[in-house]
Amino acid sequence: MSLRAEAAPPATRIRRFSRAERWVHRTTALLMGVCVLTAAFLYVPELARLVGRRELVVRVHEWAGLALPVPVLAGLASRAFRADLGHLNRFGPHDHRWLRAALRRDRRRESRPAGKFNAGQKIYAAWIAGATLVMLGTGLLMWFTHLTPLMWRTSATFVHDWLALTIGIVLAGHIGMALGDPEARRGMRTGSVSREWAEREHPLWRG
Amino acid sequence: MRSDDENLTAAPDPWPPRPPECSNGRVNPEQPEERGTPVGRRVFLGTLGLGALGVVAAPTLQRGLEDFLGSAADKDPTGLTDLLPNGGGFRYYSVASSVPHKNAETYRLTVDGLVDRPADYTLADLQALPQTRLVRDVQCVTGWRVPETPFEGVRLSVLLDAAGVRAKAGAVRFTCFDGTYTESLTLAQARRADVLVALRMQDKDLGHDHGGPVRLYVAPMYFYKSAKWLSGITVTEKVRPGYWEERGYDVDAWVGRSNGRDDEPTS
Repeated sequence: MSLRAEAAPPATRIRRFSRAERWVHRTTALLMGVCVLTAAFLYVPELARLVGRRELVVRVHEWAGLALPVPVLAGLASRAFRADLGHLNRFGPHDHRWLRAALRRDRRRESRPAGKFNAGQKIYAAWIAGATLVMLGTGLLMWFTHLTPLMWRTSATFVHDWLALTIGIVLAGHIGMALGDPEARRGMRTGSVSREWAEREHPLWRG
Repeated sequence: MRSDDENLTAAPDPWPPRPPECSNGRVNPEQPEERGTPVGRRVFLGTLGLGALGVVAAPTLQRGLEDFLGSAADKDPTGLTDLLPNGGGFRYYSVASSVPHKNAETYRLTVDGLVDRPADYTLADLQALPQTRLVRDVQCVTGWRVPETPFEGVRLSVLLDAAGVRAKAGAVRFTCFDGTYTESLTLAQARRADVLVALRMQDKDLGHDHGGPVRLYVAPMYFYKSAKWLSGITVTEKVRPGYWEERGYDVDAWVGRSNGRDDEPTS
């Protein structure tokens, strides 16, 4: 598998994420972190007892949630970001193989073919984007209670609560997997990864 | 599966695979990512759809889950089910950054305003007055409900009568020793037999986290009316909206008939 034709000697690093993309990830992660943390302080009685100040915590939570989609929307101005969204969207036959292997807990490299993003990353990206918007929608229903018909707030609270729990678990998985792969983290931090890592983890990726 | 895909892609694909000769050479014909089904978009839209469906189906789902989790919580020694939404039981809300602790020595309840005989009560004074025990459901405006919770204490009307409410009075305002929270009732509401200055809850002395040693208990209204850490009762001419009411909640907070909710009445 040759990577890009003009690639320099094997020791060189391969560009994975542009500066714009890294900032989109960084700011989204920060806002999501604020949302999760304030949510925990609103929701877990022991933590709520620790800080009180419900009104302030609610305000921070609301504004962080409202701002959460902004980095991604701003990122659409970047060609590299749009191109990666394209990669994340499209599933090829290799992605179906990857998913089947994941379901069988088959960890062998040859049964997990991946392009720039593997099928798991693709599904995570699409799901978390959708889930974020559902949280935003239900959050707005809970926020502007007098704009919506009766009943809606309770229903929105129900979806908001349970989806929050789900997002918490999935997000922990996302962070856990990043913790287990220093080179992937380096890619997100510095923008480039080692050729060896790219060939191992993303053999079908051609930068 | 295949035929589904064909049906779905019958509409013009916004992202058709480009033949290599159209490009200026940068496109790698082996690039697997440019083609393929737009699964990402489907997962994204599917998640949105499920969210919307969840809002529509919430009343039904919530009832089922409450029943299930309520019974699971009864048999759960770890207390983990309490962390799940609608897991049953009370939730702690405080609007202040920290709340001082008061005990039998330090606690005082003041009754003043438009009354002939302002008074200060210690905890022992309140305990010496006739006690009333009510067992009703507690309904929070955010949705949770705790069934058949006993509250015990002095009827508010007893304290008002002892103080001698003046003729031009029309409302009662409550203040709390957390220093922030306030509540209010009309005089007619305050005189109801199911409004208590509560000293006990669930047949135990009120603990600090539940608003002890003394809290208000307004049985027929949403639980935000039942101010915790009650320290002052002031008779006024008109109702002054309380803490949450200035932030959009209804002043007349009858369960099932306010705040845009239709819960079963509690009293």
